[in-house]
Amino acid sequence: MATVGKAQSPRTLPPTHLTVKRRTDSEGPQKTVIQALAFYLFAAIVIASAALTITSRNPVHAVLWLILAFFNAAGLMVLVGAEFIAMLLVIVYVGAVAVLFLFVVMMLNIDFAELRAGFARYAAIGAVFAVGLAAEIMLAFGAWSAGKIELARRAAPTPDTISNIQALGMVLYTRYLFVFEGAGLVLLVAMIGAIVLTHRERSGSRKQNISRQNARRPQDATRNTQPTVGAGVEL
Amino acid sequence: MTSFFTYRFGLPYGWAWTLATLMDILLIALPLMLAVAMIIYADRKIWAAMALRRGPNVVGPLGLLQSFADGLKVFLQETIIPSAANKTLFLIAPIITFTVALIVWAVVPFDARAALADINVGLLYVLAASSLGVYGIILAGWSSNSKYPFFSAIRAAAQMVSYEVAIGFVLISIVLWSGSFNLTNIVEAQKGVLGTPVNGFFLNPLLFPMAVVFFISSLAETQRAPFDLTEAESELVAGYQTEYSSMSFALYWLGEYANVILMCALNATLFWGGYLPPFDWAPLYVVPGIIWLFIKILVFFFLFSWVKATVPRYRYDQLMRLGWKIFLPLSLFWVFLISGVLMMTRVGTECAPENRVYTKQYLYDDGRPRYPTDGVCQAARVNQLEKRS
Repeated sequence: MATVGKAQSPRTLPPTHLTVKRRTDSEGPQKTVIQALAFYLFAAIVIASAALTITSRNPVHAVLWLILAFFNAAGLMVLVGAEFIAMLLVIVYVGAVAVLFLFVVMMLNIDFAELRAGFARYAAIGAVFAVGLAAEIMLAFGAWSAGKIELARRAAPTPDTISNIQALGMVLYTRYLFVFEGAGLVLLVAMIGAIVLTHRERSGSRKQNISRQNARRPQDATRNTQPTVGAGVEL
Repeated sequence: MTSFFTYRFGLPYGWAWTLATLMDILLIALPLMLAVAMIIYADRKIWAAMALRRGPNVVGPLGLLQSFADGLKVFLQETIIPSAANKTLFLIAPIITFTVALIVWAVVPFDARAALADINVGLLYVLAASSLGVYGIILAGWSSNSKYPFFSAIRAAAQMVSYEVAIGFVLISIVLWSGSFNLTNIVEAQKGVLGTPVNGFFLNPLLFPMAVVFFISSLAETQRAPFDLTEAESELVAGYQTEYSSMSFALYWLGEYANVILMCALNATLFWGGYLPPFDWAPLYVVPGIIWLFIKILVFFFLFSWVKATVPRYRYDQLMRLGWKIFLPLSLFWVFLISGVLMMTRVGTECAPENRVYTKQYLYDDGRPRYPTDGVCQAARVNQLEKRS
């Protein structure tokens, strides 16, 4: 059966399964061909759908192209052996963030033509940002390819002896513990902020109190009366 | 099967692997379609029996062929696409639902090491793929360009996102206890829980509440009664499916039931021992694991149908309350509780330096670790596994 990444076998299974089999080039050139084909397929779709995200006129279509881009980026990550990151990308971005995007875009009915009207006015500022981002990407790539240690890192994106998740947990919870928890704190603050901003106390709304309803007995809520003809009942 | 193609037909490894995987996919997908047809029949029969009716009994012996007759009927119907609909998305939406319902089956283990993709992030894959299911519904609702489907889509999106949070925490407690994201490892970790001869996490008093939460959440996740607000016929006609007809409608039908079977399989796999027999007793292992899994799936499906036939539909605010105010805090608290118990019982042993495994980029060129306290304690992990089983 196919094995993506590594599967750690429990002790009880036959020893043939205990050896971790990684997808390597040594398994034959055909496998590499399939990987290469998959890479070009995913990469081409990522680029095409990213381009369509910014060019499509319908905002809902734009979000859907974005989702396709996320999805194929996850595929690329599986190819380089970062399956944990790939799954997180799908769960967090496709499963949660993009759903909310789609939600908002569907509800708001944004008119993109109106947004494009100010294009000429903001073009200069936009260009500055674009150049800045491009420079940052260049710098990142420059740092990536420079130096002996970095080259070694590039050769070993995932360690051979331990699984992806362990490797990540190992550095996240030791070396980068404070940064990691700081990131968590930022998210918590953002969450509380969103709640504070949208929460409002509505007066006059009748909320259901389930325990109170359950505690209510017939004798609390009803009373027997014998009204005379035409007299009615005092409430 | 890869080796079958390599040796029998002399194919090179890559192509043999591709062919074998395609065969495996068909081996899962085709019986699944048959199972969906039969399970729809079972659903109707169980529902009918509980309502003291006969249920389908005309087509074939005991009405067994009813689902196939229904399938043929919708297949012969005309496909109607509303003129105001967004055509592409309208047609893509049921395909998404159907595909997503199928792809999760790739990681479900049918026997020891008999999963199509025995990946080490199996549980995350399940979570990722099941979170995609909502797109089929949202897109259907939006692209229909009709009010009821849209309301239904919004309800569905909110409902699925809400219950996924609780499901995520339940899965984390499972992962904590079994020490792996791999579904086969999770099943193997259920052998003889807590020294008893019973296979299944449900016996563990710490995990049983999570099993209950997962069962209820899986009802909500598949939009089955009592959480079928997305197709509440008294309010929303047929929900997001209102504008669909013919094969696109049938795809929703198939996808929905494939999802239900999947959720039954996940309930069985995560908490009730999966492909393991109910008791850790040697003669029971003679029966193939897939049979045990199948029996467990059917038991869970009976529970699903039972709930559908007996429990009235929730109100929308009650649904949200259950998800956010009860399940979320409960499962979050439970993750803390379980990790606390595990901290006390399993972790804490000092790791000898020779047992530490380091990531390559944190080693100097001569192999010395740059940060000696980093690194996973490999030997300790093995010891824990041995201690547990």
